[in-house]
Amino acid sequence: MNKVFALYRRELAYYFQSPVAYAVTTLFLLLGGYFFYNYLGYFNLESLRAMQSPMQSRMLSLTSSVLAPLFGNLSSVMLLMLPLITMRLFAEERRSGSAELLFTYPVSDAQVIAGKFLAAVTVHAVMLAMTLPYPALLYYFARPETGAIFSGYLGLFLMGVSFVAMGVFFSALSESQLVAGALTFGCALLFLVIGWITPFVGGAAAAVLSQLSMMKHLDAMSRGIIDTNDLVFYLNLTVFFLFLCARVLDSARWRS
Amino acid sequence: MIEVSSLSKRYGARDAVVDLTFRVPAGEIVGILGPNGAGKTTTLRMLTGYLPPTAGSARVAGHDVATQSMQVRERIGYLPESVPLYRDLTVSAYLDLVATLKGMPKAGRRDHIASVVDACGLAEVYARRIGALSRGYRQRTGLAQALLNDPGVLFLDEPTVGLDPRQIVEIRELIRSLAGKRTIMLSTHILPEVGHLCQRVLIIHRGRLVSDGPPDELRERVLGSARGGALVEIEARGESGAIAATLRAVAGVTDVEVVDTHDGITRLRVRAATDADPREAIADALSGARIALRAMTISAATLEDVFMHLVTREDTP
Repeated sequence: MNKVFALYRRELAYYFQSPVAYAVTTLFLLLGGYFFYNYLGYFNLESLRAMQSPMQSRMLSLTSSVLAPLFGNLSSVMLLMLPLITMRLFAEERRSGSAELLFTYPVSDAQVIAGKFLAAVTVHAVMLAMTLPYPALLYYFARPETGAIFSGYLGLFLMGVSFVAMGVFFSALSESQLVAGALTFGCALLFLVIGWITPFVGGAAAAVLSQLSMMKHLDAMSRGIIDTNDLVFYLNLTVFFLFLCARVLDSARWRS
Repeated sequence: MIEVSSLSKRYGARDAVVDLTFRVPAGEIVGILGPNGAGKTTTLRMLTGYLPPTAGSARVAGHDVATQSMQVRERIGYLPESVPLYRDLTVSAYLDLVATLKGMPKAGRRDHIASVVDACGLAEVYARRIGALSRGYRQRTGLAQALLNDPGVLFLDEPTVGLDPRQIVEIRELIRSLAGKRTIMLSTHILPEVGHLCQRVLIIHRGRLVSDGPPDELRERVLGSARGGALVEIEARGESGAIAATLRAVAGVTDVEVVDTHDGITRLRVRAATDADPREAIADALSGARIALRAMTISAATLEDVFMHLVTREDTP
């Protein structure tokens, strides 16, 4: 456990002593703030219009007009940013040759993966936590649904965790950070949009594809619904990619 | 301390190491010598548990490298050739990280790190970033991380490559000071290094062990027959043909070779039939022929000769 923590601290120190964490977090907040401002402005206009017709005002809700679309957009920005966080984890270790030392220390592959994975998850959590002022502002002006905010953030966090697991896996596949980042991005994007094709395939395939869709799982959570189905999906995906990563590290030794 | 039997490694269709067998008792400094690409690094990588062998087995510090990798890793120190340290860390943070990864208990860790830092002469750069250090200090940091947790076996891959002559001497001193209770295996393609540091030399060529023994014995055994007698290098003033003729007339000289002639000065190489020193007879003969002798040295067989002999013998079937 000490060893995992030492590796975790080393990776985290790298993120926050180099510009990586700052650059990525800044862009994430900039884009997130832009989306939030847009949805809030639009909601404002709608509210003014609704003052004339009481029927319409009942349809208005912060959750479905501001929070749900904001969470959807934040997930897209996360998709762009997280590969930048994870791509160096193993790729850099292999390119610089330091893997040779790391894997001759009495440390298991699982410990190394855990340290690196948890460090990237921490950066992701910090990044996400920095957006908390957006909903805090809503509390100042209105009465948003606390449950929906909580479940939405939980969904975003879990989705990011599964992106990070993907990134850790692809980083172990390649010596090149660029290749690792590109593969992570592509794979994550595929998981995000895979549900779009369901209307055209039909049958069992459609059911499977829609269950694989990250958007579907996030959508439910951003509306305040916490279903074990969604939680299990994200956890499964995370464990699956971390397991693949362990297999890759093991087989790299035999192939080299 | 190190027992290797029939160890082999294939990369695809290429044999990197073939049927390597040797034993290293505790406390010995052994050099692995070979040209670049001979399989030295691959051998060290297998012994440190980084690469699994294709065939054969190896035991290091009492444990099998393939099946008991963790136990082996706990008992060794390793310095890879490229010295791949984390350049963004300070020496202090790096050694602390490695000490934790090597599972050193918290108690006494500070003192232990301090003693390693002292032994490696790192005190003055302790707070500096590794990326900002000179090659020599990086090498010392590499040695320091290998020494943490006091391993019984050290593997050093080309520990002096890329250093300037002064740094080479310093690192050699450092390695020599580590000997004693530790078993050290170092690889090199620099021949004098082996003579300076090692009690025993393994020569590897194309993945095979071609020779195994102490440096001195090696010279005698390998070159005893092939070399013939003593070799004398001569520099004298005069025309090359006349000098060569005079030398050939000296009793015991079997072969005279003119190396070059420059500004009226001829350099020659003379081979004698036996190991008996022919220099006085040569000097007599030259002065008798009124040829001015400028310099004369007898050359003992060097490790270079041994090495070239072993390596070229393989190349010319």
